[in-house]
Amino acid sequence: MRLPKPRGGLSEWLVARLAEPGLTGSAPGADSWDDESISLWTLHELSFRGFEDADDRAEWDPDLLGVRRDLETALEERLRARWTEAGAVAAPAPADVPTALEDLVAADDGPSLADFVRRRADRDQVLELLRQRSVYHLKESDPSAFVVPRLPVRAKAALMALQFDEYGDGDPNRLHSHLFARGLEAVGLRAEYGAYVDDAIPENLEMNNAGSLFGLHRRLRGAAMGHLAAFEMTSSLPSRKMVQGLERLGLEGPMADYYDEHVEADAIHEHLAARDICGTLADDEPDQAAEVLFGAFTCLDVEARFATAMLRVWEPQR
Amino acid sequence: MSERDFDHPDVVLVPHGPMLLRGAESVQDLEGTVHAVDRPVVALCRCEKSSRLPWCDGTHKVIPR
Ligand code: FES
Ligand SMILES: [Fe+2]
Ligand SMILES: [Fe+2]
Repeated sequence: MRLPKPRGGLSEWLVARLAEPGLTGSAPGADSWDDESISLWTLHELSFRGFEDADDRAEWDPDLLGVRRDLETALEERLRARWTEAGAVAAPAPADVPTALEDLVAADDGPSLADFVRRRADRDQVLELLRQRSVYHLKESDPSAFVVPRLPVRAKAALMALQFDEYGDGDPNRLHSHLFARGLEAVGLRAEYGAYVDDAIPENLEMNNAGSLFGLHRRLRGAAMGHLAAFEMTSSLPSRKMVQGLERLGLEGPMADYYDEHVEADAIHEHLAARDICGTLADDEPDQAAEVLFGAFTCLDVEARFATAMLRVWEPQR
Repeated sequence: MSERDFDHPDVVLVPHGPMLLRGAESVQDLEGTVHAVDRPVVALCRCEKSSRLPWCDGTHKVIPR
């Protein structure tokens, strides 16, 4: 993947700095949320697959880490403020964590893009949604993989069981991000890692940045696992709707297969995540219970904001 | 090590949800068809409303209790 297009002064500075490691000087402030989001996305990406036109050593460059920390602090404060505003539920007793997660998910009233795809989306809208989703699905599960060494025994074993399935149960052909890439190809879209980052709306970048922030910081392991649980718990039924919508539009084949796999897989993963990962983590580290819920709320909240932004363009009259 | 430190049952019943089954190689459904299992854990539908029996597809969450 090549460096993304800058979206303002900060990302312009950052992209120049990554392309030419000799540059010095301090970072300007961000011009906009868009500028801020693409900058943090780019800095995080240095810890995933990196960029062919950036220096690999930039991942641990102290100046860039300083910029990343400032952007992460602002993002985390924003996310926590939304949780407080939404009435942050008090930390449940460890044994009640799975039920608390279920309640949180059941109370989610964000708009459903899967519903829209099933019933009304046209082909161009579905392709646009797939381009946006590709930012995450082409690195599906990678943020959670960073959390493995930071967990106690039971949660670690359960996360590995879940990740093993996400990564194809040992078969590269079944790796979920690979299934999504095959799906993109089949519907005529580009399938290479990071292909549509320049098209990502800021709500989408924020969704990705939140997941990476949680995955990359040991301090945020509880939030990362709560985020994973909420993601898995809101996947199997919507995935079925995606299959129905894709078939309605004549897009059956590998892309529908990707979603089809998630109907079944995530009906399992949601229990592994809520009970065996989050439940046991809270049991072993009770102070993580509140963090689990914060992470779960954030997952639902960033998705709701993304869906609202997409639907505002597609169905302004509704 | 003969004593096991953690409970790790092969079968777990999820309240109002599926039956989780670990380490199975095949599952026979109500019609007698045998399905190969290629995951470490599978979720078997207990509400009988799934669109892909014998597997759970999350439908149990939308049927009134
Ligand atoms: S138990 Fe989940 S669909 Fe029947
Ligand atoms: Fe997946
Ligand atoms: Fe999953």
